[in-house]
Amino acid sequence: MKKLISMFALSAVIALPVFADDHKAKVGMITTLSGGGSGLGIDVRDGFLLALKGNNDIEVVIEDDQRKPDIAVQLADKMIQSEKVDILTGIIWSNLAMAVVPAAVNQGKIYLSPNAGPSALAGAGCHKNYFNVAWQNDNLHEAAGGYANSEGYKNSFIIAPNYPAGKDALTGYKRFYEGELAGEIYTKLGQKDYAAEIAQIRASGADSVFFFLPGGMGIGFMKQFAQSGIDLPVVGPAFSFDQGILQAVGAAAMGVKNTSQWSKDLNNVANVKFVADFQAEYGRLPSLYASQGYDTANLLASALRTTSVNDQDAFRKALKKADFASTRGSFSFDTNNHPIQDIYVREVIKEGDIFTNKIVATGLKDRSNAYVSECKM
Amino acid sequence: MSISLFLEQVLNGLQFGVMLFLMSAGLTLVFGVMGLINLAHGSLYMIGAFAAAAIASWTGSFWLGLVASLMAAGIAGVIVEIVIIRRLYKRDHLDQVLATFALILLFSEAMRWIFGAFPLFLDVPEILSGTLSLPLGIEYSKYRMMIIVVGILIAVGLFSLISKTRLGVRIRAGESDREMIAALGVDISKLYTLVFALGAALAGLAGAMVGAIQSVEVGMGEPVLILAFVVIVIGGIGSIKGALVGAILVGLTDTLGRFLLPSFFKIFLNPSSATDIGSALSSMMIYILMAAVLIWKPSGLFGNNSK
Repeated sequence: MKKLISMFALSAVIALPVFADDHKAKVGMITTLSGGGSGLGIDVRDGFLLALKGNNDIEVVIEDDQRKPDIAVQLADKMIQSEKVDILTGIIWSNLAMAVVPAAVNQGKIYLSPNAGPSALAGAGCHKNYFNVAWQNDNLHEAAGGYANSEGYKNSFIIAPNYPAGKDALTGYKRFYEGELAGEIYTKLGQKDYAAEIAQIRASGADSVFFFLPGGMGIGFMKQFAQSGIDLPVVGPAFSFDQGILQAVGAAAMGVKNTSQWSKDLNNVANVKFVADFQAEYGRLPSLYASQGYDTANLLASALRTTSVNDQDAFRKALKKADFASTRGSFSFDTNNHPIQDIYVREVIKEGDIFTNKIVATGLKDRSNAYVSECKM
Repeated sequence: MSISLFLEQVLNGLQFGVMLFLMSAGLTLVFGVMGLINLAHGSLYMIGAFAAAAIASWTGSFWLGLVASLMAAGIAGVIVEIVIIRRLYKRDHLDQVLATFALILLFSEAMRWIFGAFPLFLDVPEILSGTLSLPLGIEYSKYRMMIIVVGILIAVGLFSLISKTRLGVRIRAGESDREMIAALGVDISKLYTLVFALGAALAGLAGAMVGAIQSVEVGMGEPVLILAFVVIVIGGIGSIKGALVGAILVGLTDTLGRFLLPSFFKIFLNPSSATDIGSALSSMMIYILMAAVLIWKPSGLFGNNSK
């Protein structure tokens, strides 16, 4: 199922013809396009391709990892060995990133992460060829912890799936949250029924609930929680409240606070253009994943404008400058190649018939991550 | 831990078990009667959920959605049986696995093509939203209670179908000797289509009922399919009674394991490693249960030893 997408369009090409080859690059995108969780990969892909519309210097090869680590590893091998790509990108899930990224960067490939940011790759396992354009996994949860303090929550019940990003989530929340824990549960990855966990929340005497259950897991949790009649404030990262799944959660999500580095209503030139272009191109509202794909492609294009991917030292320097107009406003890389950016608190609202988010506060200003000092590059 | 929390968890385990029963009843019949391994059973579960979500959002009625799920999955079952499955009965199990695995891929892509990659909305009906106050201060979801009741009614219905009716006699006869029942003049191919459609409709109903509290999305059937196979292996292949007992056992083991193991390890470990070990072990519990049952009874609790 190979889709080779070459972009030919008449546009203002920046480089002189004689340098043209130097500024070309081949990108391998491995992302989740079928089965559970495919909405995330599709948004990343669509955002990425939207940014490259009219750019004929970047050739993109896209493959579907089906959310399976073994398939992602095979695809990465194929892209490196037979497709001979210069840059890899696209992985959504942290367990897949852990399987692919270390090997790829050790073979001299550049990896730009549009989503997963496991702590292992931010601290001791950081690499000069690995750039995260989304967030370090803990970031959004840290902001949620900070928000819980500001709301005066003293006894949170926290819940996440048992996989690298789930551990990062609860660690991140606890790093900023100052109250007590009424309970802490790790669930099976992919679990959809939370009756047993919700019963424990009810019995725990908690005053608030923090959960990180991305994709379909969060839909199930929110609906069942609303059904349970427990009247506690819920806070979570944007991953359970993104544009793709909000419609499936429905009214159960109304008013819930969630933390995100991006929101559709961020008022900067790049974002206004992105939201309008995305809607025009695909006929739906973009999610944070789409914005991450879009930013990743724009970062790549910005580095290719000034240098060539064949000169890796210069190329890495150009990437690190982050000289592009991010949809999030201010964006720069810290020394471990992870973003420094604002994390916002959003609230789920209804606009017409569509459930969406609006920013209500800035959770953390210019947040980097907790692993910078562990990274020896 | 209070007694009401424990009882609530037992109800949750029962509800999960009943849902698994709806899923595994069809699987065990198809395996028992026709000797067919049907990996695409999870796709029928997904079709039921999608049909319910589509019809419920179109008409605004959850109940019409439930009817649609039965019909859509049943009709899909008939079509699949006549067009594809029928050719597989005489083949060996590897061919069946390959062909029905291909069906999973086909159905998943078809659903994505028709409905898109994003999850659909299906909510519980107004009348069943909220909770029911039970004795001992238990607050239990009305909707989950309905799943338990519907599941038990269907179990009773299936038992009487199989033990009391002519169709049931034929199904049991088909299970023990296919050639003989055909020789006696029973239209075996019609019987097979009927059994397959019945199993498919039950899977579709399970998908729709669960879809309202979980999420309706592509790929939702496969995790449940794996559990359904565990259930029929524990219960004994081909036995409806086995499927019921196995499903309730798996439901209770999984729910209570998730709930009790982490607290058990907290007695002698620090909280974070207790949570780690407890949640890791609880996700293995049903497989440990399956292994234990198979050591004790190699053909399952109600399996036919002569096979």
